[in-house]
Amino acid sequence: MTLADTDRHSRPRAARDYSLTGPQARAAIETGLASAEWYHSDIPRKAMKDLMRRKDGPALRDTALWIGLLILSALGGIATWGTWATVPFWAVYGVLYGSACDSRWHECGHGTAFRTSWMNDAVYVLASFMVMRNPTSWRWSHARHHTDTIIVGRDPEIALMRPPNLARKSLAFIGIPDVFEQFWILARNAAGRFSADERDYIPESERPKAIRWARVFVAIHLAAVAGALATGSLLPLMLIGGPRIYGCWHMVMTGLLQHGGLAENVLDHRLNSRSLHMNPVSRWIYWNMNYHVEHHMFPMVPYHALPRLHALIKHDLPPANSSLLDAYREMIPALIRQRHAPGHHIPKALPPTAQPFRAEFHALDGERQ
Amino acid sequence: MADWTRVCALDDIDEEDVIRFDHDGRTFAVYRDLDGGVYCTDGLCTHEQVHLADGLVMDDTIECPKHNGRFNYKTGAPLRSPVCVALATYPARVVDGEVEVQL
Repeated sequence: MTLADTDRHSRPRAARDYSLTGPQARAAIETGLASAEWYHSDIPRKAMKDLMRRKDGPALRDTALWIGLLILSALGGIATWGTWATVPFWAVYGVLYGSACDSRWHECGHGTAFRTSWMNDAVYVLASFMVMRNPTSWRWSHARHHTDTIIVGRDPEIALMRPPNLARKSLAFIGIPDVFEQFWILARNAAGRFSADERDYIPESERPKAIRWARVFVAIHLAAVAGALATGSLLPLMLIGGPRIYGCWHMVMTGLLQHGGLAENVLDHRLNSRSLHMNPVSRWIYWNMNYHVEHHMFPMVPYHALPRLHALIKHDLPPANSSLLDAYREMIPALIRQRHAPGHHIPKALPPTAQPFRAEFHALDGERQ
Repeated sequence: MADWTRVCALDDIDEEDVIRFDHDGRTFAVYRDLDGGVYCTDGLCTHEQVHLADGLVMDDTIECPKHNGRFNYKTGAPLRSPVCVALATYPARVVDGEVEVQL
């Protein structure tokens, strides 16, 4: 997930320059941080092939459950509309729509959730609509995020830019103002306009496709608004668009932990990404992206194989945080400190069984203020 | 016409798999399909210069290990973004159990 666009609109004057066309972008290229070779744990080819193997079964099961629960909770919400009994139905529908969409968007965008390509593409477009992201633009954005993970001036998906604006990030848990900014980006794309950053990572040949999808998405959302106005009821917006506000909290809760408080400008995902253990419900909503170091090191491993990948390489990784609470206890003090000391980051420690960090890159974060 | 260059024994490549082959300062990917056919392409993805030999072979496709872009390794055609530019392909054959490529 990303709240990068939200941050880019709200930088204090002394903030780092996270634009993709500024001096930090040029510095990243000059220092060899752009499109660089990253550290990978050693895995025998046969084991890797087994982990990478694609299946339709797990994602078909999970998607059927997801869609089924969406329909049931929506029907329950509609049937009880106007009474207090409606609240739990919308609480469930909201999270399934406004949070689970992010992990489905992510995995199907990688093309790893299903073996069958059209299934990945279909769920990807549906989830992109729910999360209010242009499905074409974000393919390219996310490719860059994997090429240059948390490299300042290169990665368009840095959710917590330094110094972090904690008040704004708190509001993100209720989609404010992120959802409106995402809609504005869709509307801008629908009008055929792209920002300088978007032009930096979306090839020109792909932009007509991005415009078409933006127009479809904007039209459906406007139809929901029109439906609400015509009926004098919020119900159409509770079903479409609204869950991106009242149900996005789980997406934000898990997404901020992916890289929050960790190093920038390093070429080792063990330093800039966070893996943690999580309750099974959150792992289902999040499709196992709690194994985030593992995902970044080996993005071709499907979500359903990430627990096995974690077990195989955990000796080479910093210990995973024990829970969501434990991870927030680690991250929040670092974010508070970064408000006044933007060079600060959490130094991840490796177990004795791990290959050491490359010290020359570990030192870079503090140097590039 | 270029000479044929020995790569490895056919058995050194698993069915539906790929190996890296470095030769004369260049890097290639050599594939074996489920029918015993062998194929050769440039070794680096046209998107971000990642070694395709670390990727996943499925049917006639090779998936890049970094961004999940896909090519048809038999034709070099790009099949899935973020790859847009085709891979160069080279003739490959099996002679007496040995894989050879014409580079």
